Amino acid sequence: MAYGRGAAAVRAIDDVTLDIARGEFVAVVGPSGCGKSSLMKLISGLHPPLGGRLTVEGKPVTGPLRSVGMAFQNSNLLPWRTALENVLLPLEIVEPYRREFSKDRFSGKARALLESVGLHGFADKHPWELSGGMQQRTSICRALIHEPEILLLDEPFGALDAFTREELWMALRDLQAARKVTVMLVTHDLREAVFLADTVYVMSSRPGRIVRRCEVKLPRPRDLEVTYTQAFQDVVHELRSLIRG
Amino acid sequence: MDRREFTIRVVSPLLFTIGLFVTWEVVCRTLNVPLTILPAPSDVFGALWQYRKPIWDNSFVTLWTTLAGFLIATLFGLALGIAVGWHRALYAGVYPVLIGFNSIPKVAVVPVLILWFGIGEIPAVITAFLISFFPIVVNVATGLATTEPELEDVLRALGASKLDIMRKVGIPRSLPYFFGSLKVAITLAFVGAVVSETVGANKGIGKLMLDAQAAFQVPIVFAGLLVLAVLGILLYAATAAIEARFTGWAFRGQANR
Repeated sequence: MAYGRGAAAVRAIDDVTLDIARGEFVAVVGPSGCGKSSLMKLISGLHPPLGGRLTVEGKPVTGPLRSVGMAFQNSNLLPWRTALENVLLPLEIVEPYRREFSKDRFSGKARALLESVGLHGFADKHPWELSGGMQQRTSICRALIHEPEILLLDEPFGALDAFTREELWMALRDLQAARKVTVMLVTHDLREAVFLADTVYVMSSRPGRIVRRCEVKLPRPRDLEVTYTQAFQDVVHELRSLIRG
Repeated sequence: MDRREFTIRVVSPLLFTIGLFVTWEVVCRTLNVPLTILPAPSDVFGALWQYRKPIWDNSFVTLWTTLAGFLIATLFGLALGIAVGWHRALYAGVYPVLIGFNSIPKVAVVPVLILWFGIGEIPAVITAFLISFFPIVVNVATGLATTEPELEDVLRALGASKLDIMRKVGIPRSLPYFFGSLKVAITLAFVGAVVSETVGANKGIGKLMLDAQAAFQVPIVFAGLLVLAVLGILLYAATAAIEARFTGWAFRGQANR
């Protein structure tokens, strides 16, 4: 994949192959500007590949995939909609929900999802009435409401403070365990990657290549305590040594 | 509304307005300004009461021509704004023409309209429309053009069509711009209607003032101006209320300032 045209084109990603099993939690880490987000945009279909082949579940990707849910570093909630209405948004777009969409019909489902990430009683608040962490939770709910098979998270906790971030790790861990959804998380927080993922891919700087595939063998369910163990630290340390810059 | 809020929002504009009229009255009396130059407020209100019937009838005509022109401008401006905001080529093509058109003084157009449609209310309606649609188009197009691409990405990642994105993100996002422009447009529409009436009409406040001026009935001219000012405030307040009703989300937190 490349940005720009002609001689000025920047090759963002070069020869990346990821093998992701159904229900697996994959994290991609790498230095800033290594093409992590570009990879994400490719997989989601937001950006068409300029060269090479991209397949998800054996089918070539030509446009945005309906089986994918996405959340970004900014929650990107629509400010004129309440948390509940924001979560319902994908159902107004994606088939088969779209055909039979009515707010009453699906609001129970959306409320339950919001409650599962600890947003009791905030469904009818507007985004500016929510804290950053709550907005991000809402954003993740929005990515999940249409029951995608793949959840793509592009540094979803990057803008949050350390405590809120750890809280959201737990929320995401529980969501993934409960729904068995395949997750691909792009992050530059190594602890986050190791804590959450089954497999961590390390990318090099431009043009992005996968330099290491690392399976995290820590037993599940993992608790925050695990991040203070030697085994955890060792994995983080090993990953850190692979990233220069 | 607590007491302090009440003082700020109701009492202070009231006091200021009354103060203005009192000053005007005092100046007229102490300097003995002739009635034909500047009538005192007491004379103006006297004329307003004495000629209330014709003033009311003519105000009504001006009001409906303004509103009719404004309504057409709103629909047309919204549609053109969305079209222009939708497609960059359309934007590039239409914009220079729009600016050129907007630069033409509408007073110059009224005689042509009268030529086409004859003396009556139609030229006033069209003038009100012509003068007021431009800010609506520009604002709606700006609102669409400044929509954050990240918000659009949320929908694009779901495979939404351009129409979906427009409906779910673009249009709601540009509503504050749209309603903001309505406040400008309504006062412009009003100006347009009155300008047209002063150039050529058989009814309306503008026509009334023109006749009064010809007969040296200066207090009636000022009574007409007063009516125009009051109507302008009312129309502005009405659109501002509609704006607050529909786009409250864009003005969060300003209530406690």
